[in-house]
Amino acid sequence: MSYSRRHTLAMIAGSGITVMLGARMALAKSAEEMIAAFTGGAQITGEGLTLTAPEIAENGNTVPVEVDAPGAEAIMILATGNPNPDVGVFHFGPLAGAQMASTRIRLAGTQEVVAIARMSDGSFARAAQEVKVTIGGCGG
Amino acid sequence: MIARRHFLQAGLATSALWGTSGFGNWSRLAARQRLGQEDLIGTGGPGNVTLIHITDIHAQTQPIWFREPEINLGVGDALGLVPHVTGAAFRKLYGIADGAPLDYALTYDDFVALGREYGRMGGLDRIATVLKAIRAERPDALLLDGGDTWQGSLPALRTQGTDMVRLFNALGTDAMTSHWEFTLGIDRVNEILETELDPAFLGANIFDATWDEPAFEPYKMFERGGTSIAVIGQAFPYLPIANPNWMFPDLSFGVRQERMAEMVQEVREAGAQIVVVLSHNGFDVDRKMAAQVPGIDVILTGHTHDALPEPVLVGKTHLIASGSHGKFISRVDLDVQDGALKGLTHRLIPIFSDVIAPDPEMTALVEETRAPFKDEMAEVLGTTDSLLYRRGNFNGTWDDLICNALIEEREADIALSPGFRWGASLMPGQEITREDVFNATAMSYPEAYRSEMTGETLKLILEDVADNLFNPDPYYQQGGDMVRVGGMGYRIDIARPQGSRITEMTLLSSGTAIDPASSYVVAGWASVTEGTQGPPIWDVVESHIRKQGTVSIDPNTSVDVVAR
Repeated sequence: MSYSRRHTLAMIAGSGITVMLGARMALAKSAEEMIAAFTGGAQITGEGLTLTAPEIAENGNTVPVEVDAPGAEAIMILATGNPNPDVGVFHFGPLAGAQMASTRIRLAGTQEVVAIARMSDGSFARAAQEVKVTIGGCGG
Repeated sequence: MIARRHFLQAGLATSALWGTSGFGNWSRLAARQRLGQEDLIGTGGPGNVTLIHITDIHAQTQPIWFREPEINLGVGDALGLVPHVTGAAFRKLYGIADGAPLDYALTYDDFVALGREYGRMGGLDRIATVLKAIRAERPDALLLDGGDTWQGSLPALRTQGTDMVRLFNALGTDAMTSHWEFTLGIDRVNEILETELDPAFLGANIFDATWDEPAFEPYKMFERGGTSIAVIGQAFPYLPIANPNWMFPDLSFGVRQERMAEMVQEVREAGAQIVVVLSHNGFDVDRKMAAQVPGIDVILTGHTHDALPEPVLVGKTHLIASGSHGKFISRVDLDVQDGALKGLTHRLIPIFSDVIAPDPEMTALVEETRAPFKDEMAEVLGTTDSLLYRRGNFNGTWDDLICNALIEEREADIALSPGFRWGASLMPGQEITREDVFNATAMSYPEAYRSEMTGETLKLILEDVADNLFNPDPYYQQGGDMVRVGGMGYRIDIARPQGSRITEMTLLSSGTAIDPASSYVVAGWASVTEGTQGPPIWDVVESHIRKQGTVSIDPNTSVDVVAR
């Protein structure tokens, strides 16, 4: 089954999810620091997080990304190559019907997009994908 | 031709790149058996389902010359694998004798000598004859078109694809997918779909950009020979990047592997016994997709213009590559028993235009579509002393001619010409007509711009395009060849990462190194930017050819390629 953004927004509205989009900080923390803060330094060993993003962005200003981690309490998305890597953290309440969300992010250039999920058993899962931002124009 | 080559390691692909077959065995040619139409068409294999695949015809309705690439480098897992095998190594791999018909059809060396012997290839009326022969045996064969059908000639440009739509309707096409079709603009594509087109227009990976919802039919189910067959369409994934996205602003594409997996599951659940993907991904992308998405029986590949005489098997998926420009069609016979594929027979049928008789009805229909433009197309602009061809990872002589025209007509230091893989070849001594120029340039964003670029920007462009071609992960490749450059030389080490492949950029007129901070006058065409200004490229090239009278292209020694 595929979810559109419209469906996802409806789902979010109906299932008690709160979304905290990354606030701009005076000093941008590095992606590693943010991951460490999110996990409390715990090892990331789990599986079960799917990150869907295009291999090559059609428009670097609005790149669709989707995260899906059945059983997750929260999923953090990071654009590791942006001046401020924090994209946001999706929190899923106990009434959430599915632990998935999609949004669009701006990418400053070719970089790795990383997602970290905190599962209800306290474990963490990681998924990453390289998203290329290209000037294009010569496909045959 | 490429100046110097460094090969760090011997291997199949490397020996292909040396490319000198030492061939010149005329006695073998003289002794070859006379080709017959029946020999070329042959008969099919066992089974109850027949697929016919044609792809990337680029609006070439007439028999043409088309030289296959000399340089076609594979990277990553594709290193040394077909379709990245050319020349003598290709002949050795498939057991093709030097000078044999398939040598001429499938490899590059001795193209001129063999071409004079074997003649032009393609022609829609010859293709119609082959289709009739196959259908006489298998009346319900499915005809599937991999796209790049509505673009590439003067009549297709002038009629905005109407000629090709009519002709492919007349061939009895059952389904198609797409790439250049969208460069007619989304309004025109919708108009064709609503009022002109017979075949199903399939694209599982075409989405609405605003809502990220499917925008076109993903697949169609067919019942043939007591078998349920699903044909899933896969359009070119990188249309909004490689072509002007302002022409179809609300569409999003992409490989979307997870979507393909969903579609395969969906059609299987709907009762499909055979799953065929009609793809415009490009061969290496399809090879990766076949390995990652289970449940596909056949991928009819397209986009990268490869022709292979045998299927490539990835797991249980058969990849078929049927060439381009109407040079070949593929016949695929499927033996389906107890609801599953038991055997597959593939025949790559070369369309030798002097051997296969034209179908008179199709000849008449093609002539009807060309009639309004006949005089305009037939006008002779000059003559060529050199073989003019385009295909290959780096410069081809057609592009050298275009770059020369851009530099002289637009008074530029440096010229850029896109690495398109379409465009017919011309033989030495041949007159160049306006039709020939359009066969190498006809498209909907032809403005020949003239602008200033810094050395830094030029390097950025070369690095970007090189990564689209040589990224080791096929899902990051866009399937064109390297941007063609005039007036500037460079060295490329294809195995290095983006940003460090291109070195030794040199302005040829002075022999000095390109300065990152200096500005250079650059002329080019086919910019994806909206509002690009300039005369259409065919006018620039025509003016240059008329001034030259007889065109002669010197060997291009300006690209220094490092490959493994």
